[in-house]
Amino acid sequence: MDRSSFNRSAYLYLLPALAIYGIFVLFPILQTIYYSLTDWNGLTAPTFLGLQNYLNLFQDAVFINALLNNLAFIFFYSVLAIVLGMFFAVLLTSAPLRGMTFYRAGLFFPQVMASVVIGMVWRWIYHPQYGALNQVLRAVGLGAWARPWLGDFDWALTAVGIVGTWAQYGFCMVLFLAGIQNISSALYDAARIDGAGMFQQFWYITLPGLRNQLLVALISTLIAAIRIFDLVFVTTRGGPGYATLVAGMYLYRNAFVINRVGYAAAIAVLLTILILIISYFILRLQRTQEEESFA
Amino acid sequence: MGFANPAVNARRILGSIPTYLILTIGLLLAVIPFLLIFITALKSPAELGNAFALPQQFHWENFQRAWTQARFGTYFKSSLIVTLSVVGISCLLSLLTGYAFGQLRFPLKNSIFLLFLIGLMVPTEAYIIPLYYSLRAVHLTDTYWALILPQIGMSVCFGSFWMRGFFSGIPRDLVDASRVDGCNDWQTFWHVMIPMVLPGLWTMAVLFFIWTWNDFLLALVMITREGLRTLPLGLAMFQGRYTTDYTLTAAGATIVALPTLLFYVLFQRQFIRGVTAGAIKG
Repeated sequence: MDRSSFNRSAYLYLLPALAIYGIFVLFPILQTIYYSLTDWNGLTAPTFLGLQNYLNLFQDAVFINALLNNLAFIFFYSVLAIVLGMFFAVLLTSAPLRGMTFYRAGLFFPQVMASVVIGMVWRWIYHPQYGALNQVLRAVGLGAWARPWLGDFDWALTAVGIVGTWAQYGFCMVLFLAGIQNISSALYDAARIDGAGMFQQFWYITLPGLRNQLLVALISTLIAAIRIFDLVFVTTRGGPGYATLVAGMYLYRNAFVINRVGYAAAIAVLLTILILIISYFILRLQRTQEEESFA
Repeated sequence: MGFANPAVNARRILGSIPTYLILTIGLLLAVIPFLLIFITALKSPAELGNAFALPQQFHWENFQRAWTQARFGTYFKSSLIVTLSVVGISCLLSLLTGYAFGQLRFPLKNSIFLLFLIGLMVPTEAYIIPLYYSLRAVHLTDTYWALILPQIGMSVCFGSFWMRGFFSGIPRDLVDASRVDGCNDWQTFWHVMIPMVLPGLWTMAVLFFIWTWNDFLLALVMITREGLRTLPLGLAMFQGRYTTDYTLTAAGATIVALPTLLFYVLFQRQFIRGVTAGAIKG
C-alpha cells in the first residue's frame, strides 16, 4: 500500500463512534478489570486485593449455586430450544405449505418482545389463583398439581426455564429454516431415489447442512443463558431463597444493593471471559468447517 | 407437477394435515400468552376468576388509568426520546464507520476494526458497574444521556461490522464511474453508495430499535427518578408497587408490547433478518 493512497479523512469518520464507544464502553471495561482486583464499597477509596475476590468467588456457595442455575438455564435456552426449533423447521419445510411465512412470523414473535414484557406475561400465567396454568390444571382434574409455580422451591427454576425455551425456540427455528432452504433439493431427490427414509434424510443431509446455523444458534442461546437477568428479575428476583438466583442477578445485588463493588466486578469479569471463550471456540469451529468445505 | 392427478393431490393435502395441526398448536402457544394479558387488561377486577373468558364489557379505561395514573404516558415519552436518539445517531455514525472500513485505506485499519469487534462480543455487565459510578460522579445518572450514550457505544460496534460488509460489497467500477462523471467524495457517498447500502441500513435500524426499546439493565441501573423511567423499567418497578392491581399491570404490559407488535407486523422481514444477523452480538 503506497502512502499517497491513504485516506486520512477516514479517521475523521471513525472519530465520533470511536469516542463514544471508547468513553462509555471500552474504558469502563478496563475499569471493571481493575475494580475486580480491589475491595471497594463505591464510596471510599478502593483497596487493592490482588486475586482475592476471584478466590473468594470460588468458595462462595451462593455464587457456585448461581452458576449451577445458569447451567440449568443452558438446558432450557440452548438444548430444548434448539431441539424444538429444529423440529418446527423440519416440519415447515417437509412439504410445500401454504402460509409458511405466517407460521414463521408467529413462532418468531416472542423473540422480538422485551424480556420484561415476557416476564410479566408469564407471571400472569403462573399466578397461583388467577393464572391460566393452574386454572387449566383444575379444569382437567389435575388440581392437585396446581401450585404457586414461581414461589415453589422445586418448580420455580423449571417454570422460568420453560419461559426461556418458549422465547428462544422461534429464533432457532428461523435460523434453521433459512439454512434448510439453502440445501440443494437435488440432494434430497438423490437420497430418496437411493431409498433413504425421512430420518436418514434428516441425519445425513439436513443436519450436516445446518452446521453453521447450529453453531450460531448455540452461541447466541448459550450467551443468553449465561447472561440471563431481565427475566429472572421480573419473575422471581432470584427467589424463592436462592432457587433461581443466577450469576447476573448476584452481580446486580453485589454491585448495586449491598455495595460490594469489587466483588461484583470480579463476577462481571468471569462472565465476560466465559462468553468470550464460548464465542471464540464456536467461531473457530465454524472457521475450520468452512476451510474443510473449501478444501 | 402432479396436479393432473386428483388422487395424488388429495393424498398430499390429507398428508399435510398433521403438519398444520402441530404448527397451529405451536402458533397458539406463542400467541396465547400475549392474548391472555391483553384480555386481562380489558377486564374489571371482579372478572379475573376465569383467565380465558372475555370480559362482559371492555374496560378501556384501564389503559387510560395506566397511561395517566400509573404514568405509562411519561415512560412512553422517555422510551421514545431514548430510542429515537439512539437509532438515529447510531445509524449515522455506523454509516460513517462502515464507509471508512469498507471503502478507504488507512494505517491501523484492522486494529481499530478489532477494537470495535470487542464491543460486539462483551455483555453490558462487563462495563456497567464502573460506568454507573463514573456517570454518578459527573451527575449524568438520572438523565437520558446515561441511557443514550452507552447504548450508542454498543450499537456502533455492531453497526461498523454490519455496514462494512455492505460498503465493501459496492463494485469498484461504480465508484470510479461516478468519479469520472465529476462527483466529489460527498456526492459519491450520498448518491451512489447510500442507495446501495439502504437494505442493510433498514435491517440495522430495526435491530437498534429492539435493543434500545427493550433494554432493561441500563435503565434499571442508571435511572432512579420515576419521571425518567423507560417503559420496561416502569413496568418492572410498577408491578412491585401495585402488585394486586392486576388489570392495571396488564394494561401497562400491553402498552409496552404494542409498539413492538406494530413494528413487527410492518417490518417482519427486517426483524427476522436482523435478529438472526445480530445473533452473534453478546
